[in-house]
Order: sequence, then structure tokens, then C-alpha cells
Amino acid sequence: MNLGRVGAVVIQIVFVIGAAPLLAGLIHRTRARLEGRVGAPVVQPWRDLRKLWRKERIAPEHSSWVFTTTPLVLMASSLVIAMIVPLVTVASPLDRVGDLFAVVSLLLLGTVFLALAGLDPGTAFGGMGSSRGMTVAALAEPTLLLGVTALAARAGSTNLAAIVAAALDRPSVVLSAQSVLALVALGIVTLAECARMPVDNPSTHLEVTMIHEAMVLEYAGPDLALVELAASMRLLLFGALLANLFVPWGIARGTGSVELLAGTVVLGTKLTLLGALLGAFEVFVAKLRLFRVPELLAVSFVIALVAVTASAFLGAGR
Amino acid sequence: MTDTLYTELLGLAGGFALVAAVLVLWRRSLLAIVRILAFQGLAIAAVAVLLGIHHQDVAELIVAGGIVLLKVGVIPTVLTRVVRDAPEQRDAEPSVNTATAIFVAAVLAVVAFGVTRGLVDLAPTPETELIPIGFAIVLVAFFGLVARRNALTQLVGFLLLENGVTLVALVATARVSLVVELGAALDLLLAVLVLQVLTSRMRSKFGALDVDRLTELSD
Repeated sequence: MNLGRVGAVVIQIVFVIGAAPLLAGLIHRTRARLEGRVGAPVVQPWRDLRKLWRKERIAPEHSSWVFTTTPLVLMASSLVIAMIVPLVTVASPLDRVGDLFAVVSLLLLGTVFLALAGLDPGTAFGGMGSSRGMTVAALAEPTLLLGVTALAARAGSTNLAAIVAAALDRPSVVLSAQSVLALVALGIVTLAECARMPVDNPSTHLEVTMIHEAMVLEYAGPDLALVELAASMRLLLFGALLANLFVPWGIARGTGSVELLAGTVVLGTKLTLLGALLGAFEVFVAKLRLFRVPELLAVSFVIALVAVTASAFLGAGR
Repeated sequence: MTDTLYTELLGLAGGFALVAAVLVLWRRSLLAIVRILAFQGLAIAAVAVLLGIHHQDVAELIVAGGIVLLKVGVIPTVLTRVVRDAPEQRDAEPSVNTATAIFVAAVLAVVAFGVTRGLVDLAPTPETELIPIGFAIVLVAFFGLVARRNALTQLVGFLLLENGVTLVALVATARVSLVVELGAALDLLLAVLVLQVLTSRMRSKFGALDVDRLTELSD
């Protein structure tokens, strides 16, 4: 393992931590602008995190180790994903573990711990949020696996870096019927997993609708800061993966310093565009009623299934 | 236009057309369903344009223009007017549970890919790879046609089915015959106009678009 590869991992981690709150801020800002408000500056999430970090740590009475460990588990799993997936470069030193199934398991680990932490203090909202969160997760995770599997067929590998590299080697496989299907399916899953509109409304604390906010309701201070940071890192990781799987151009092939710098700039540009798009999208959609959310996820599952079928039957001659 | 770009864009258009067919089963708002129908018509017109440019065939481009005019312009406008005239019924209640309907659609799509595999293997070109997609649209649309009891969604199901047939006809034939396409388009337009009159009659008689009410004869 040479120095360049270690450097690549460090860049990916620093980028994910540094840019994740900015992405969240950008989405809020875009949304506010389109709604005719001035909106908070893009760095506002960082300021909120700093404020929370200075407060004292406090845990509800009767809560167990699950409650105090969850922020760490969430943060750790997001950090590991940031290390192993192809974000800035496809030549990560850990690319052998950058497998689709490993990444989805890590995501699920965080989701499960968050649901447990919602149940742990024994409050009504936490339990409701956990129940909803698990309903969404149980439907979204299989779609995630299927959707990326449809793309994996073109590379003959479930390694994410290999999938992205294959797309770079053979540009003709990037745009096809199955990638349209996979993009729609993964897009819906991203909205569900990151608790965005129309599945969850991240900007309200309305008890009849909230999912993610209900689970983290009991957190305060540095713990809340970690949970929020991890949640925004998740959004960034999903966004970056979508961008790199469907628009792979610009990602670094090696680990040279110039290449890494260019890769970082390109990734930043892609994410800025994606954040602006997501913010604009959120202005135009209304939150779905809760019982229609499983239907939406069923739609995304079916589209992913058709994508896998299409990739099994089509494109064999390319 | 390079061959790679041609293949890619053809695949993209096919993918969007198939996604539209699945989304129609999910959406309930009639206006949204009509909009998705228009979007699918656009995707199919894009296929015709691509074929026309690639084969340098003017007839194909004229057909594409006709598809845009009919399937993106006239028919969605007529259907939107039907929906606007019936403000009391903006949503179509599915008679089959939406989740079930969507999974049936998945099975149908897989079946379509399975049974058309032999056809694609006969001549594997970028064009013939759209045949399974066209078949999947036909089957999913036919299911949508029978699964809903609303006159308008049944009409939309019929039009989606016709879109699938058009897609297969475009990609499976060596070159389109302008006369045949024109005849099919006129038939379609006539069917939509007659059905539009029928739905307005239904609404004035029963106050609803539910075809389950058409159970007895009356004079």
C-alpha cells in the first residue's frame, strides 16, 4: 500500500465530513430561494453542529448503552463507507472490501441501531419513528441491492469501484434502458433512506409524519451533533454514489496528487448540482401519506427488478 | 451521430417508456396519469426520430412528427379536458390493491423479457433490444387496463398498450410504411374521440366514471 492510496482514503474521509453539512445547507438554501425566502447561509449546518458540540452530554433516564453507542455506530459506519466506496478515485486501497453487499450491510447496521435508539428511551414518538423507519428500511434495502446489481451485471463484479471503472472503460454501457430503470429505482431509495421528501419531511417535527426526526428526538448536545452529521454524511454518500454510478466521468483513475485534486473538484461539482436539483425537487413535491410510502417503495423495487431482468437479457452483445 | 451514442439514446428512450408504464399503475391522480402518458409518447417519438436520423429516412421522421402531434399533443389535451370537466373525480380508485398490481406488473415484465428473448436472439441489434421493452409495456398496460374500473384509466391503459405496439412496430420492421402508420394513427384518434364522448355521456348519466355502474341496460 503506497502513500498515494492512503492519501486517497484521507481525502475521501475529509471530503465527506467537510462537505456533508454543506450539502444539507445547500439543499435548504436552494429550497428557501425558490420559495422566495432568503434562507440560512450554506454553512448554517456547520454552525448548528458547533453549537451542539459545546453543550453538555445528556442521556434520558433509564436509557441503556444502546442509546449512547448509537451516535458512534452511525458515525463509524458512515466513515467506513466513506473509505471503501469510489468517491474521488476508483483506486482505493480498500477497494477489495468496497463490495456492494458490504456497503449495504454497513448502511443497514446504522439504520438498525438508529431504530433501537429510538426505542431505547421508551418514549411514544421514538417507538413510532422506529416502527416507521424499519418499515421503510425493510422495503428500501432490497431495492438498493437489486438496483446496484443491475449495474453490476455490466462489470461482472459487485465491487463498486469495479462497476464505476467498467463504466469508464466502456462508455457505451453507461446509458441504456437498464440504467434508466436502475436510476429511477435508486433515486427513490435515496430519498427514502436519507429521509427526504416525499417519504419524510426533514424540516418539521410533526408527529403524524416524522420518521427520522422521531427516532432522534431524545438526543441532545454532542450526541445529536454526531447523529445529524452522520445523517448528512449518508445523504452525501448516497448522492456521490448515484453520481459516480450514472455519471462516472471525471473520477480519478489512479492516485496521483493532480488526479486526486481533479477528482475532488469534479465530485464537488456533481454534488453541488445534485444538491440544487434535490432542493428544487423538494419545492415541487408534497409529502406522501404514510400508507402510500410502501407503495412508492414497491414501485421502486419493481423498477429495480425489471432493471435486473433487462440487464440479464439485454446488452449481451456489447 | 456515432453508433455508441445512437445505441445509448435508443436505450434511454426505451427505459423511460417502460418506467412510465409502471408509474401509471402507481399514480392515482388522473391528471398525473395523463401527463405520464404524454411523456411516454414523447419517449416513443424520440425512438422514431433516432431511427429516422440513423437510417436517414424521411418517412420515419414524418412518423415521429405524427407521434408527437397525436400522442403528446392532441390525445393528452382531450383527456385533460375530460378530467377537468369532471372535477368531482380527480383520482382513480384502484380495484386491485396498488402493491399487488405493481408486483403483477413486475411478473408480466419479466415474462415479456423471457418470451421475447428468442426474437432478440434472431437479430441482436440495438433496435431489436427494444422489442422486449415494447412487449413489457404492452403486457403491463393491458393489466392496467383490466385492473382499474375507471373509464378514463381504462382509456389510458388502452393508449399505453397502443404505445407499446407502436414501439415494437417501429423497431421490428425494416422501415415503416407511412400509409399504415397514418391509418393506425387516425383509428386511434377516432377511438379516443368516440370514447371521450362516451365518458362524458357516462358522467352526465351516472355522475361518475366508474364502469362498474354499467351493469344493466336501460332505455
